Amino acid sequence: MAEETPKPVELTDPVEITVDGETVVAQGGDLLIDACERAGTYIPRFCYHPRMRPVGMCRMCLVEVDTGRGPALQPSCMLPVTEGMTVDTRSDTVAKVQDGVLEFLLANHPLDCPVCDKGGECPLQDQTYAYGPGESRYVEEKRHYEKPIAISETVYLDRERCILCDRCTRFADEVAGDPLIHFIDRGSSTQVNTFPDEPFSSYFSGNTVQICPVGALTAKPYRFKARPWDLTEVESTCTRCSVGCRITIESSQDQILRFQGVDSDAVNWGWMCDKGRFGFEAMNSENRLLAPMMRGEDGELTEVRWSDALSGVTSELRRALDGRGPSSVALIGGSRSTNEGAEAWARLAKSVIGTDNCDAQLGDGLPAEAALGLPGLTIDEVCAPGSTVLWMGPDPLETLPVLQIRLRHAVLNDGVRIVEVGPARTGLRSLVAARVPAAPGRLADVVGGLLGGDVADEFAQASEILRSAGDDLRVVVGRANLAESPDTVLAAVGAVRSALPAARFLVALGRGNVRGALEAGLAPGLLPGGIPLSSGELPQGWESIPAEEGHDTTGILSAAAAGRIDVLVLLGADPLTDFPDRSLARRALAAARCVVAVTPLLDASAAGAHIVLPAAGFGEVDGTTTNLEGRVTPVSAKVTIPGTARADRSIAGALASRLGATDSWDSPEDLPGAAESATDGDGPASGPDGDLLVGIDRELPIPSVGDLEVPPTDAYSLRLVVARKLYDRGTMLVESPSSAALAPGSVALLNPADAAPLGVEEGSRIRLISASGSISIPTVPDESVPKGSVLVHHDLEGADPRELVDISDVVCDVRVEVA
Amino acid sequence: MARLNEANEQLARAIIARYPEPRSALIPLCHLAQEQDGWLDEDAMAHVAELIGCTPAQVLGTASFYEMFKLHPVGKYCINVCTNISCQLLGGEELLEHAESRLGVRSGGTTPDGMFTLEDVECVAACTEAPAVQVNYRYFHRVGIEDFDALIDALLAGELDDVVPPHGTLAKVRQDLAADRIANITAPEDQEMPVWIARAEASAGEGAAT
Ligand code: SF4
Ligand code: SF4
Ligand code: FES
Ligand code: FES
Repeated sequence: MAEETPKPVELTDPVEITVDGETVVAQGGDLLIDACERAGTYIPRFCYHPRMRPVGMCRMCLVEVDTGRGPALQPSCMLPVTEGMTVDTRSDTVAKVQDGVLEFLLANHPLDCPVCDKGGECPLQDQTYAYGPGESRYVEEKRHYEKPIAISETVYLDRERCILCDRCTRFADEVAGDPLIHFIDRGSSTQVNTFPDEPFSSYFSGNTVQICPVGALTAKPYRFKARPWDLTEVESTCTRCSVGCRITIESSQDQILRFQGVDSDAVNWGWMCDKGRFGFEAMNSENRLLAPMMRGEDGELTEVRWSDALSGVTSELRRALDGRGPSSVALIGGSRSTNEGAEAWARLAKSVIGTDNCDAQLGDGLPAEAALGLPGLTIDEVCAPGSTVLWMGPDPLETLPVLQIRLRHAVLNDGVRIVEVGPARTGLRSLVAARVPAAPGRLADVVGGLLGGDVADEFAQASEILRSAGDDLRVVVGRANLAESPDTVLAAVGAVRSALPAARFLVALGRGNVRGALEAGLAPGLLPGGIPLSSGELPQGWESIPAEEGHDTTGILSAAAAGRIDVLVLLGADPLTDFPDRSLARRALAAARCVVAVTPLLDASAAGAHIVLPAAGFGEVDGTTTNLEGRVTPVSAKVTIPGTARADRSIAGALASRLGATDSWDSPEDLPGAAESATDGDGPASGPDGDLLVGIDRELPIPSVGDLEVPPTDAYSLRLVVARKLYDRGTMLVESPSSAALAPGSVALLNPADAAPLGVEEGSRIRLISASGSISIPTVPDESVPKGSVLVHHDLEGADPRELVDISDVVCDVRVEVA
Repeated sequence: MARLNEANEQLARAIIARYPEPRSALIPLCHLAQEQDGWLDEDAMAHVAELIGCTPAQVLGTASFYEMFKLHPVGKYCINVCTNISCQLLGGEELLEHAESRLGVRSGGTTPDGMFTLEDVECVAACTEAPAVQVNYRYFHRVGIEDFDALIDALLAGELDDVVPPHGTLAKVRQDLAADRIANITAPEDQEMPVWIARAEASAGEGAAT
């Protein structure tokens, strides 16, 4: 798609302007509307939005400006301030104009405020009261359109209410890059609409509802649920992925009804993705677990009292400790917890129980030492004007959506150049300056070649871009392929560091609070704060540390499958759904003597657990969370935890005291390190941007991988690439009615050059066969998939690539047969 | 009806190549599609979007602005009867009424045989020749009731085929530029001065030499 490059606003020296008689210093190049607002004078507006280019559509911001030639009416959103400008925002002329503009806007407005979701928080309503005519002179019939039409699965458009401000359409085009809504029938019947049968299916559609200055756009999950004056709100952080968008949680009658984006300069600029925005639905699901359950004599899960469930867990733990000792206990998960919850579980596992078998990642991440120990970068640093980015991570659009929005802006406006290296094209698409395919297992070679300037001609430009950045190269690293060992990524990190020792990294791990959980110590070999277990240091408040190093999730599941794990705690983790090797997950859960699931919803793994402890969900606990940069921001409790479910922190505390720990763990202040970061739930401790974690630049020994043994490819096999989609069949999504239908079906994407010899064409079914299993799946030829690879997405309806993966292999080769 | 046929798709690519930005070819390609089908079909708009790299919504946004792109099927002949002031004073409205009864359709309608679509239009800039009528944008001046009937008869008899091609036909789309006149020889960012100035200067230089 042809991208337009808007002119960057030139920031020049400060200038003096006069606003309503007062002298004000403004930043040269600032728009007058912003300069006035910063000086305390709010100019009414509809179309202007500080995060989008001004268009001057609505004329509500007209003010009288005198630049030496006498006062003239000018739209303040289109006018950069200049030295000596005199502005009158309250003259009689301005008042008359505002009155007139509103009269025009209202001429065709249906004024159905009593049945409009926006009523009570509507800029049109508010500004009409403040600046508009008291009465309408318009007696003619108004324009009529069919009342709301669904322009996507979640968003409804009422064209009668629309004031044609161009905010939604600009957002779709300029910010999201999904120009699927547009002004149609321009002229006397201009309307916003989609192309027939091509809905506004953008991952970011919910933002248009938030920024629409009238009630023209509404979102299905909130329609007619509340009036704005019934809502109360608290500031929090979205933890559906590790971007950590700042949000408000809004509820009425103890039920969360919506999330709204909050503008954080450092993170999300006010935007959210739809998965995050509508994710609260899962917390309101009628399938929320309300009471603990234990598997009875009949083999069924039945509700029990908390004391029985906790005794059950305690006695299983005791039995394990008395039997094979602490290393027969393991804990997987924690990335859905708050920092405080994760700290409590880390302390329970490592100090009270004494096992180091803890991992917040599910075989889909990178070793914690790399995640925490690589010299770090913030989102702002990656997106800084002029920076050069080596992207060797997962698809940002599918896994870290709002980061994609930031990158898009950086590329289109700030001259950021991205070189994408990986097994499959990501949602960055035309935003990249160059794309270099790297077949599974080959990432390190390819990256090494690019940085060394040793590449085929077609990639010379990519190499040139990367090399021109020198040590200032900014690297985003993560797991683009779940069917490939993380060692291949570590090897690539090694290749970067040996070419550019000062290179810095943003580690793009997708899970919500994974970074916080790893920092809290939910990683093998690490204590809270990223201190290596081998240091022997005793964290504050801990009684002991594990005697021996434990395993990561792959190791834990392998040990469990081999019958060496007696108690396996799943802390908001669902290995059956999320672990890349399904057969191992299945065998491990079946072989563990006792599986304890701590979760708000009965996911696939919990359904087979022996003891299920209902946990509080998002919006039900106070605490902090840490995003992928290491930025700590508050998360807040807004509604009561349903049933008898408990915060996971307090579950850890209860188990600790039953196991004989002496301290009380009940309040977050008792937790090590929590005191300074805990908030009272009234809002952020330190502004919307939160605090960057101290020690972000700590160096940990990054595991080296030596010479990676990548088996040679054979002519009969393709190498499997498993990537993630934003909407899959994860429990949280399935429990969100407005998102559940959005998961696509699974297909195998093949390069046409590989598809042709097999005689397969679009839609025909093939069978993929690996040493571990086989799946039958429809195919779609796709030029962007490198030759010799086949791309299948994780956890979609239909065939499941996890059946094919053996986690112990470096890469996964599959044979293809026409089914 | 349809996406662009193979020949037109080829032509479309040639047209796109004339512009520094593929999107600039949006309107010419809509003309091309309208020429093919007589109107601008959704599939054609989607195809145009594909060819120029934008979304169908963006094509629709532009196409729907222009009255002369018909987003629904129209007859072989689009008959526009002017009812603006000059024509009205000289019988435009009576003419429209007559046209409606002669063709048996209301303004905006298409005859069942698919031959005629009747529309009343605002001033078509032929006020001195009122009442004015256009058939596929070809002018007919000072049209009285009998003139109108005769016009319809002639169109039906095929007598005007040379003058009035079927709706959508636009000779301009077919213009072929010599390679050195195509604006896209140098990308705009590489262009030191506008082509026409460069060309003018070059020819001025030549002139001076002879
Ligand atoms: S729908 Fe809302 S945001 Fe979009 S143009 Fe209309 S008023 Fe503006
Ligand atoms: S990008 Fe991530 S943090 Fe932001 S709203 Fe979406 S899921 Fe939440
Ligand atoms: S806010 Fe300036 S014209 Fe709309
Ligand atoms: S009024 Fe009919 S052509 Fe001008």
